[in-house]
Amino acid sequence: MAAEGLQDLADKAAAEAAGAKPADRGAAEAAPGVGRHEVEAVNKAEARPLYASRPSIHPKRATGIFRNVKWVVMAVTLGIYYLLPWVRWDRGPNAPDQAVLLDFPNRKFYFFFIEIWPQEVYYITGLLILAALALFLVTSIAGRVWCGYTCPQTVWTDLMIAIERFVEGDRNARIRLDKQRWNGEKILKRSLKHFLWLMVGVVTGGAFVFYFRDAPTLAMEFLTLDAPFIAWLFVGIFAATTYLLGGLAREQVCTYMCPWPRIQGAMFDEHSLLVSYRAWRGEPRGPHRKGEPWEGRGDCIDCKQCVVVCPAGIDIRDGAQLECIQCALCIDACNEIMDRIGRPRNLIAYDTHAGLATGKATRLSQVPYVRARTVVYAAAIAVVAVIMAFTLATRDTMSLNVLRERNPLFVTLSDGSIRNTYTLKIINKLHRPAEFRVSVSGVEGATIALGGHEGDTLTVPADDLLDARLFVAAPNPGREVSDLEVRLEEIGGERSATYETTFRGPER
Amino acid sequence: MAHERERDHVTGTETTGHEWDGLKELNTPLPKWWLYVFYATIVWSIGYWIVYPAWPLAADYTRGIWGYSQRERVMEQVEQAKAAQAGFVERIREASLQEIVGDEDLRRFAMAGGRASFGDNCAGCHGAGAEGAPGYPNLADDAWLWGGTLDDIHTTLEVGIRSGHPDARVSEMPAFGVDQILSREEIDQVAEYVLSLSGNATNQQAAEAGATIFADNCAACHGENGEGMTALGAPNLSDAIWLYGGQKADIVHTVTHSRAGVMPAWSGRLSPETIKQLTVYVHELGGGQ
Repeated sequence: MAAEGLQDLADKAAAEAAGAKPADRGAAEAAPGVGRHEVEAVNKAEARPLYASRPSIHPKRATGIFRNVKWVVMAVTLGIYYLLPWVRWDRGPNAPDQAVLLDFPNRKFYFFFIEIWPQEVYYITGLLILAALALFLVTSIAGRVWCGYTCPQTVWTDLMIAIERFVEGDRNARIRLDKQRWNGEKILKRSLKHFLWLMVGVVTGGAFVFYFRDAPTLAMEFLTLDAPFIAWLFVGIFAATTYLLGGLAREQVCTYMCPWPRIQGAMFDEHSLLVSYRAWRGEPRGPHRKGEPWEGRGDCIDCKQCVVVCPAGIDIRDGAQLECIQCALCIDACNEIMDRIGRPRNLIAYDTHAGLATGKATRLSQVPYVRARTVVYAAAIAVVAVIMAFTLATRDTMSLNVLRERNPLFVTLSDGSIRNTYTLKIINKLHRPAEFRVSVSGVEGATIALGGHEGDTLTVPADDLLDARLFVAAPNPGREVSDLEVRLEEIGGERSATYETTFRGPER
Repeated sequence: MAHERERDHVTGTETTGHEWDGLKELNTPLPKWWLYVFYATIVWSIGYWIVYPAWPLAADYTRGIWGYSQRERVMEQVEQAKAAQAGFVERIREASLQEIVGDEDLRRFAMAGGRASFGDNCAGCHGAGAEGAPGYPNLADDAWLWGGTLDDIHTTLEVGIRSGHPDARVSEMPAFGVDQILSREEIDQVAEYVLSLSGNATNQQAAEAGATIFADNCAACHGENGEGMTALGAPNLSDAIWLYGGQKADIVHTVTHSRAGVMPAWSGRLSPETIKQLTVYVHELGGGQ
């Protein structure tokens, strides 16, 4: 509906441009003293509805380079999504062998050679920041390529449309089916389509839960109906949302639900490559009969192929629009027509605002990719990536945390010495147990004892955390606060850690 | 409402007539499905009113057809938690204190339970961290009036101190001043002597004079060298720990008026399993012997 309104307007604008004057209205008087009011009844049919029905969009199949890119991206992304949980990764005897596993019960994330412990969740934050910056960068270079090719909403919608086309036929057949009265054929086709959509949803939800549990085990549990309720629940939720968002809502998600179209305007500049209609070449548009000369008119023959292939149902010739996900299927459709009528390709093409203004076709090599905006994004990506790589490469396989007991701050022992109590939290990230020796320094004459353990050594089990109480006693330290360093050294190993804390005594 | 409807000349969409700095608000129609979602939430909320407790009435509230109540839910969860702990509580009841400490699972359970019970029952006097206060022993240090082994602590918890329990731990220090057993001067001298036991005397002459008074009046309970006697709950006077304060005035007051702290007997108030857990917890605070 919006597209039609836009079309009317574009027509009007084109007509005005062609020299037609807007109608001169309101000036005539019926009789002296009788004025005309510019008023319309509020319930007049022309008044726009308060709520708009969804216009049905039946995208036609496109063929061409961008369509092929989309098929490849779909195959790769869906392939990764569905198959990744089945990739195995040997981590030794005490750890799961699934390459990518979000192990919530044990609070550990496995990602190939990286193991993320709960206190390292900042790696995930870093990854999200990287993803956001990468999105900004590609948007400033080539507009909504994320939306057009790799966004899950786009990929699954594309898949759902492909299924629809497989069952019901291409655009014209689907429109016919839509208008057709309900009969056996329509019922059969529609049920088959919705069944297949639901199957895609179930498989999608099924793949999702495999990321949270050993995939082969969970698959067997599904087969024997032993899977935990939560797994079934999430399969259900994801099946339902995939069916609803990818199958039924489609472009409505991009237009009404997604915040990204609102932000993207701030990411473009005049050098961003956007799917654009080259009006300088296409206008004035109009039907063209074979053999007619091309002089004095544009290359656009107004065949509307660009509109019918658009999954959002818009007309790219109206310029940049919120609904446009920049999937470039209109380029494919238009190029096919240009080939057929013997005009040069790329009437619709990736072009920049600056390029459009020149009235000449911009070659991709002419676009200034290196400019303040892209450099800043690229630099930010580099900084975050280097920090992440550095911390990943240098992170320890053990960690020591020391918590001071604050209640009481210190205890006076019968021999007059002062004792402080600490809780040690030791993490051993290796898949084998490790024995550590505890020592302290910084307070003269300090002696230590470990609550519940003999001597000064502690054994931390493989891949685990150990809590232990540490008592540090010192003959009157003479100061209210002294610095104390707690040191942990692996016996028969290289690893060690220190922790700076304080030792407190009575006020002096 | 006969105002003119203006159309935006770029999009052809009606405007609302509102304008800010030259920007006009378009009256773009909402999609119908959005409206239906809104209706669905209304229907959902009505269902919610029916199913769950929702509306306040004059003195009561609508209870909902499921009779759901958060309070009952909590009670259920408490029951479940108790049932889940039953096995542990049973094992705590059967096990000796030494066995509890030796078994890592039981020890952890006892520590967790002991910590909670300590907060509820003991922290009022002994402090949340068992740090004590003047007159209320610090349980995290290494000095024990009545002994600091697991069994000593357990007994103290069960019978209390001067609690009125038939087996209560009882000892009584005479009020040497009030009862006119010692003169003021003698009390001053013996206080100096007591201070000298831990090297804090301020008047060496008085301290020497106090030694005989101490031997005659105090050594029977506190020991010849003031080392104390746990069987009688008599504190060690030669260490650095002073329950009622280590200044001379504090000691003079103690000798003159005597001191007698009271701790309730917890048997009968707390279950035997809870007392065992508390014993383990107190023993592990850092002072257990």
